[in-house]
Amino acid sequence: MANRSIFAPKEDIPRGLYILLGLSSVAIIFGLWCVLTYGGLTPPDFLAPPHLVAEAAIKRIANGNLLDNTEASLTVILLGFLFASILSVPLGILMGSFKAVEAVIEPITGFMRYIPVSALIPLLILWIGIGVEQKVMVIFLGTFFQQLILISDVSARVSKDLIDCSYTLGANRRQVVTRVLLPACMPGVMDNLRVTMGWAWTYLVVAELVAANSGLGYMILNAMRGLFTDVILLGVFTIGILGLITDQIFKFLRRRLLPWSAEF
Amino acid sequence: MSLLEIRDVSVRFTPKKKPLVLALDDVSLTVPDNTFSVIVGPSGCGKSTLLRLVAGLQPATSGTMRLDGQPIEGPSAERGMVFQSYTLFPWLSVRENVMFGPSLKGMSKAEAGAIADELIEAVGLTTFAGSYPKELSGGMRQRVALARALANNPQILLMDEPFGALDSQTRQLMQELLLTIWQTHRKTVLFITHDIDEAIFLGDIVHVMTARPGRINKSLDVNIPRPRGIESLTSEPFMMLKRQVLSLMHEESVQASRLG
Repeated sequence: MANRSIFAPKEDIPRGLYILLGLSSVAIIFGLWCVLTYGGLTPPDFLAPPHLVAEAAIKRIANGNLLDNTEASLTVILLGFLFASILSVPLGILMGSFKAVEAVIEPITGFMRYIPVSALIPLLILWIGIGVEQKVMVIFLGTFFQQLILISDVSARVSKDLIDCSYTLGANRRQVVTRVLLPACMPGVMDNLRVTMGWAWTYLVVAELVAANSGLGYMILNAMRGLFTDVILLGVFTIGILGLITDQIFKFLRRRLLPWSAEF
Repeated sequence: MSLLEIRDVSVRFTPKKKPLVLALDDVSLTVPDNTFSVIVGPSGCGKSTLLRLVAGLQPATSGTMRLDGQPIEGPSAERGMVFQSYTLFPWLSVRENVMFGPSLKGMSKAEAGAIADELIEAVGLTTFAGSYPKELSGGMRQRVALARALANNPQILLMDEPFGALDSQTRQLMQELLLTIWQTHRKTVLFITHDIDEAIFLGDIVHVMTARPGRINKSLDVNIPRPRGIESLTSEPFMMLKRQVLSLMHEESVQASRLG
């Protein structure tokens, strides 16, 4: 019974305790926030107190501003992420399993993955302007090369025995790719799409840094100029909540679409 | 008549910055029709390489291999294989896994399903037909792998230590099940193992391999009546053969460990 302790590594703990611990960490942060603001330790233009953030939320939900900005950001993120995924999934799977494709793509990805997207923004503005295309492109570049590398790794790790076995069952090369390699990659692809979706959210502010007139990133940057920390926090919370929702959607889809794969 | 003929087959390869390795050296072997042939040898003797050659998954450096007179040039559904690692397709149910080969041949769903149902029953997994591989134990997975290989009705069944990852009780049950199925389907089987008991219990002929370079050292007929059961494991002829194989293998292992 020694291992029933919460201090035993890799042992399960009761579900209620798990939830309680989760809630308490949120409560501690919230409590700290209240102490700092209502306790007068920080001025409101340094850190807005909770009720001001709530008021800002109510006001901006009522006048539609928050929804408009959210919609603008979602459009950018979803388009950028979609284009990146449509290209990176097939290309990554090929790259991980065909040495020739790897040889062609590897030098480019190896180089590009270390370039911060923000370093490319001046060029992007020069080439495609300051419209929504530019922002979509930032998300695209930020996620595509990372996805490519992660997915090619998934593909490379598909067991060789599984491929060999398909040949001995009579599959030809094309069938090995379509009927074995592709489905075998799916759980890994889904997991990495979920992870890179999170990264896409982190690029949002970068994408809306320049010449934006809407979007959550724009809202945050704009609020900074007037030291409206309540609006900044509102933007941050909105991004966090939307990120959490997309994460849950991916988790749900994986369980629904790939019921056969082991839990992660 | 002999179904599979392996003549003077060698495999050489040069690992990076290391001297040339002779994995198989002039191996010749014939596998007669409808017999259960077993190759037993110490680990690293090249027995798995030999099986992969027959499966067409790897080319030989020299030598010829023929199945039913036809040279072996690549993998084919005529040479079904069961691997040591678990190779069920995790996204397919047990039934769909077994249907995989027949459906590749263009067989209708109904036909392929009928074949699958029969074989799944033969391996005793009817109640698991709709389950995914993740829900099965190791022994069950290998039973499905066997059914899946048999579904193609191959000319020869190649088995590469299929029970190597199982515990000894499950392994014994699997061996008995394999023999029962073999008795009814009467396939030509080429089975690889490093387990002497398994080799003698299953085989009509046991070929003992030497360590590097891999050669067939001796081929022994197993004259133990079938059907065989656990009592065969302690019978006099079994013991005699085991002693013989054991001493052959022991010399080999000693030599192998000296070679490093």
